[in-house]
Amino acid sequence: MTPEKIIFLIVAGATLVSALMVVTTRNIVHAAFWLIAALFGVAAIFAILNAGFIAVVQVVVYIGAIAILFIFAVMLTRKDLRDTSAQQNRNWQAGALIAALTFGGLAALFQSWEKLSVAAPAIPSSFDAVAELGSQLTSPSAYVLPFEVASVLLLAAMIGAVYIAFTRK
Amino acid sequence: MIPLSWYLFFSAALFTIGLFGVLTRRNVIAILLGIELMLNAVNVNLVAFWRYGDVAAMTGQVFAIIVFAVAAAEVSAGLALVISVYRRSNTVVAEDLDLLKF
Amino acid sequence: MDFLNDPLKVTAEWLEGIFGAWGMNAAFAHVLVVFLGVLLLLVLLMVVDIFLVWMERKVVSRFQDRIGPNRVGPYGLIQPFADIIKLVIKEDITPNGADRALYNLAPILSMMAVLMVWAVVPIAPVILGTDLNVGVLFLIAAGAIGTLSIIMAGWGSNNKFALIGGFRQVAVMVAFEVPMLTMLLIPTIFAGSMNMNAMIQAQDKIWYFVISPLGALIFLIAVIAELGRAPFDLAEGESELVAGFNTEYSGMKFGMFYAGELLHAMTFGGIWAILFFGGYRFFGLEQVSPFLAAAIFLAKALIGYWIIMWVKYTMVRIRIDQMLAFNWIFLTPLSFVLLMVTALMNALLRGTPSWVYGIGMFFSNVILAWLALEIARSVSRKEREKIEGAKPLAEAHH
Repeated sequence: MTPEKIIFLIVAGATLVSALMVVTTRNIVHAAFWLIAALFGVAAIFAILNAGFIAVVQVVVYIGAIAILFIFAVMLTRKDLRDTSAQQNRNWQAGALIAALTFGGLAALFQSWEKLSVAAPAIPSSFDAVAELGSQLTSPSAYVLPFEVASVLLLAAMIGAVYIAFTRK
Repeated sequence: MIPLSWYLFFSAALFTIGLFGVLTRRNVIAILLGIELMLNAVNVNLVAFWRYGDVAAMTGQVFAIIVFAVAAAEVSAGLALVISVYRRSNTVVAEDLDLLKF
Repeated sequence: MDFLNDPLKVTAEWLEGIFGAWGMNAAFAHVLVVFLGVLLLLVLLMVVDIFLVWMERKVVSRFQDRIGPNRVGPYGLIQPFADIIKLVIKEDITPNGADRALYNLAPILSMMAVLMVWAVVPIAPVILGTDLNVGVLFLIAAGAIGTLSIIMAGWGSNNKFALIGGFRQVAVMVAFEVPMLTMLLIPTIFAGSMNMNAMIQAQDKIWYFVISPLGALIFLIAVIAELGRAPFDLAEGESELVAGFNTEYSGMKFGMFYAGELLHAMTFGGIWAILFFGGYRFFGLEQVSPFLAAAIFLAKALIGYWIIMWVKYTMVRIRIDQMLAFNWIFLTPLSFVLLMVTALMNALLRGTPSWVYGIGMFFSNVILAWLALEIARSVSRKEREKIEGAKPLAEAHH
């Protein structure tokens, strides 16, 4: 048991517990805050995977923007502050069964895959992941087209959101 | 060194929990929360495959960035819809929103 | 002598040797030493924070033509400790119907958001937490947690003033994050790296303030808004919201918000110094000893902190709509244009001698600032004429 493994287990456990709270807690505001805890755990997992840039972007985009948006939306769509009605629908047992079957199926798939225990290659000390990512995102021979399409998607979503939520006076 | 399988099982569990939330929640915003969990599980997989595959090929990280953009777009449009629907029908419970036209 | 040249590394190796001699696994010893280092940094920051309380009170009293605390200890130096004792023994009130978990978590997160920043701040060439290659993005990430703490406080207090204050603060922080992040990219363009230490190393010829004064100014404005200090302290706005998001907090919980705010201001004074004023650099003095470099950095951070205080205590609070309009209509477009101009000039002037590069950058900044002010002036003149043109009618009515 190396310290790395212990840290991974603690972070992964905390993330999964937070994720469970997101889907089971009765209070929707709390669900949004539990989501932030889960997203933070995922950022820590990215950091353990040596993807520092992705980890920081995860915090900036998810916690700084998306989670705040969720909290605002939850607060704006409440008639009263108590959560008295049921939060799960009638078919929650069926949902649990489907979820369990999905996990079981994925686990069975993993068992039959021989590359599962492959060791991570060492990262060369001269390798700069951020510079490499930046040049690949802007290089015409690599990913500039998906990158631009994603930007256009964001712009479209922004205009759409403003149009939908706009109230005409 | 942590084996790849740990990451895969972690992300599978996270995806499953998100799926459970999407299938069982009544509140539309809570359903969107579940979708966020699922997208995050996918990202964990993508970055794990980047780390355990060819590190110099940044495909996994590029995909993760694009998933971030898609998630942000989905949330902004989705929440705008939720707020717009709440203004008209005064509810955010998914099963009450059964009219095709207000 | 090794200790004087690289204190952290020498101490860490010494401690790891001791732990190894106790029969500890090398990997665990390393984790433990890192943990102790983090603890040491936090304790030092808390001690600095205590004296910031004294400094803030002394400086504000001078701005307001008073003497300030002068009863406890020489020059009132022991005053912060008296403050702490007072805050600790105060009654700790949790309002009725408060969301207890969020209410209690908010002050801790607000402190944490500040302390997190110091993980990437290079205090001296060899004294730094972690040499993160995306250091400047990490700042924004830590800021996100600060936003979160305020919305938690506003929601958890079960108080409408607190909630309005929290909403205002979030609107302001989300808005001013845009010019702040854009201005963080300007030193990134100059240095070609997001690593803070590399940025300081790249400022060996000239401080970035000289070649991008407009960038430094916009960054300072955005920082003051992020900090929620006057003239942008809408979240507290005593005259309209009692005390905003911290209305319901008493005792040490309020103390944590207060101490967090002061340390935040000092931290961003330091970040400003790192990005635009060469950090621990001062004409080669930083080469002498890491301790001298740390002292230079601390002095620059305190000067930045003093400027933030100067703004706070000499400006009036502006309205929330004016503030958001100022950001979205003026500051954000200006910062985008400045970023584009800087990137373009950087591409055009790359091969030229450094003095041509510096002068070109400086003049592009000055011209842009002048243009922005001219446009703002003509727009505001039109607005004024519109209002004043309507005036005679109103007077005729009387």
